[in-house]
Amino acid sequence: MTTTDTLVAPSAAPTPQGKEEERGMLTRILDASWLTVTFAVIMALLLSSVLIAAANAEVQASAAYLFARPSDFFGAAWDAVYSAYSALFRGAVFDYQAEGVRRIRPITETMTASVPLIFAGLGLAVGFRSGLFNIGAQGQVLVGAAAATYVGIAVDLPVFVHLAAACLAAAVAGAFWAGIAGFLKARTGANEVIVTIMLNSISFYLISYLLTTSLLRQGGSRPISPPVGENSIFPLMLGPSFRLHWGFVLALVAAVAVWWLMERSVLGFQFRAVGANQRAARTAGVKVNLVFVLVMVTAGALAGLGGAAQILGTDKTLQATSAGSIGFDAITVALLGRSKPLGTVLAALLFGALRAGSPLMQTSAATPIDIVLVIQASIVLLIAAPVLVRELSLVHRVAQLFGYSMKEARA
Amino acid sequence: MSTLTYPTTDDAEITAGPRVQAKIAWRGPVLYILVGLISLVFFALLTPGADVTKFALTGTRTPFEFDVPSRTTALVLSVAALALAGWATWLTSRRVKVPAWMPITFGGVVLLAFLVWVMAGNTNALPVTVLLTGALALSVPLIFGSLAGLLCERSGIINIAIEGQLLGGAFLAVVVASLTDNPYAGLVAAPIAGALVGLILVTFAVRYRIDQIIVGVVLNVLVVGVTNYLFSTVLTQNPQTLNSPPRLPTLAIPVLSEIPVIGPVLFKHSIVVYLMYVVVAVLQVMVFRSRWGLRMRAVGEHPKAADTVGINVNRTRVRNTVLGGAVAGLGGAALVAAGLAFTKELTSGKGYIALAAMILGRWSPKGALAAALLFGFADSLRQVLNNLGSPVPSQFLAMLPYLATIFAVAGLVGRVRAPAAEGIPYVK
Repeated sequence: MTTTDTLVAPSAAPTPQGKEEERGMLTRILDASWLTVTFAVIMALLLSSVLIAAANAEVQASAAYLFARPSDFFGAAWDAVYSAYSALFRGAVFDYQAEGVRRIRPITETMTASVPLIFAGLGLAVGFRSGLFNIGAQGQVLVGAAAATYVGIAVDLPVFVHLAAACLAAAVAGAFWAGIAGFLKARTGANEVIVTIMLNSISFYLISYLLTTSLLRQGGSRPISPPVGENSIFPLMLGPSFRLHWGFVLALVAAVAVWWLMERSVLGFQFRAVGANQRAARTAGVKVNLVFVLVMVTAGALAGLGGAAQILGTDKTLQATSAGSIGFDAITVALLGRSKPLGTVLAALLFGALRAGSPLMQTSAATPIDIVLVIQASIVLLIAAPVLVRELSLVHRVAQLFGYSMKEARA
Repeated sequence: MSTLTYPTTDDAEITAGPRVQAKIAWRGPVLYILVGLISLVFFALLTPGADVTKFALTGTRTPFEFDVPSRTTALVLSVAALALAGWATWLTSRRVKVPAWMPITFGGVVLLAFLVWVMAGNTNALPVTVLLTGALALSVPLIFGSLAGLLCERSGIINIAIEGQLLGGAFLAVVVASLTDNPYAGLVAAPIAGALVGLILVTFAVRYRIDQIIVGVVLNVLVVGVTNYLFSTVLTQNPQTLNSPPRLPTLAIPVLSEIPVIGPVLFKHSIVVYLMYVVVAVLQVMVFRSRWGLRMRAVGEHPKAADTVGINVNRTRVRNTVLGGAVAGLGGAALVAAGLAFTKELTSGKGYIALAAMILGRWSPKGALAAALLFGFADSLRQVLNNLGSPVPSQFLAMLPYLATIFAVAGLVGRVRAPAAEGIPYVK
């Protein structure tokens, strides 16, 4: 089983196996999972470049006389696409136009942006592998962010203790919020998809309300909290000129912890057993209902930490929109990462790069930020369908001339 | 040899042993009594005795207003609710099934008590007709959305992409209606966008056999991305020609719209609302009473059996999903029927609410209708009370439909059963 198999839903018929030795070198390379991922990313960028070019005024103007002077059209299209993607690269990875140490600032921005995504994505990944489709990361992130903010502004504690207390509060709040869905599923069989969607909306209105009360409100007319206390802020990793904070390392630690939980612990084995086959797990003595609750609590705690990282690491103040689209992006992150910790971290970094790079793309290349959503969605769709990638790929088409068979390729 | 004898020993055990009965589910009655008590204490006893609640009925020949004493009315309603709860408890203890109208009546009574309490002492009157008209208008996109979900899921394809289908439909409806300056052209175009999203969904689900929930979620992101992008590039460059759709005209049905109160609430709308009546009625009959519906349900429940009798499983799924997408696209058109300009993420989660309405309605058209109307009513109530002022913060009013859904899903619906083959690709 390659990792590509996990995204494909279980099919009724068993897939033929045991042809491993017969497969030639060519086939092995062309069917490799890393090649699919690379091709998927390239194709997603190509697809999006069509949109970028189509919306460009110069391209539209030159399209009017396309057949008279095609070079104008293709030149304009190339300029539009190149300026957008080079700006995206400069904003997300390495700014070759900047001076000195600021050149590497983009990559640290990418890492900063990926922190909440890693946390929330890990939480969702635990759920997905346990067969629970938790759409509620958005609400759990927001509730966690609110709890972290409350501890950050309401109490006064020494360095580190304050930060730890705020993170703990966020984890507990997120765990509680997700636990509602887990408890209701275990107790009454309520569908977790509905309950978590509903809890997302409820959390938004609840936090909006709390931001108008003395509990979280600053005092002005805007529904925004005062900044959290100095001691509760994540310390910066690379000094004041970079926003990267130690939350990133905490996120990596969380990824290792989740790996240990899912792959090496008894509890994680039970989680996976429930995800693979509920009835078999129940027959084998796993308390399935308890697992539902525990899975949701774990997922919620991680998502809550994501909210804490957003507030204590980056934003410093809480608004009802603080969670942004972290919770929904995290769903795609977890799916792209195939619900594995390492995959989730890499996917979060990719999405963090798109988030960090898009503002520069908007300002310098006039390509709206929204194209990032198109890129993200196309990448996930294509990676989910390796067969489609092979069908669209020129390399695989050419390889067919040399005896490569797409039908034998592992789907 | 023992295998031959086991039926008789089994029978003997059953006759000899104690009578086995299913455990009585007390969840429903407990919930009713709890809600009834909340209504009694908060809505009735805590209301000042001198307050009056005003209701206004417009849409009649002469606008009609009446006052009721808040506390007494809420008291009467709460006692009625508790009586209903007691009756449900009695029925449950006798192992008699509580009839289906009971939760609806109970909900209605408690809702009335809530309205009496919320408006107690308010100098303004509650505009009942406006409230109900708004409720219907706001629920139409949800109804179309949940019908779309139903069409797909009954044939075994999970449709999380309702949100994207609504959004795509709304976008195309706005653009086409603005370009042609004809609102009906937008109404015709909207289903195309929805069907297209449905087609992508079903292609990935059937041809590439990818997890349908994943495809659905990702398609939502894709449609949000594409429409946002086109909005901020193309639409904002040319808002006059591309983003100023005319509104769908209101067509009053000749005789029916003259009925007091009910007439303006039900029969004085644009064509999408009448279309919704037709689609719900047709689907309710077709899904459960026609060959087409039987085949669709067979494919969703047991595709292998369906295949054995010669039904083309995957073709049925493709057709249903595309049709469902088109219906959701129509919902998108309904969303902008009032001549709204397109804005980023116009649907704001309505597709997910529609999904919840479908599950709450147990995958049946009339259930989806009822659940969607509940959400629409709560939304309308929030808007009306925001204008009139109420003791409850607006955020809590906004929360109400979501809380009600959780209560309903956990307390009343419980373990709803989705179509058995949902989400599983069919391979011959």
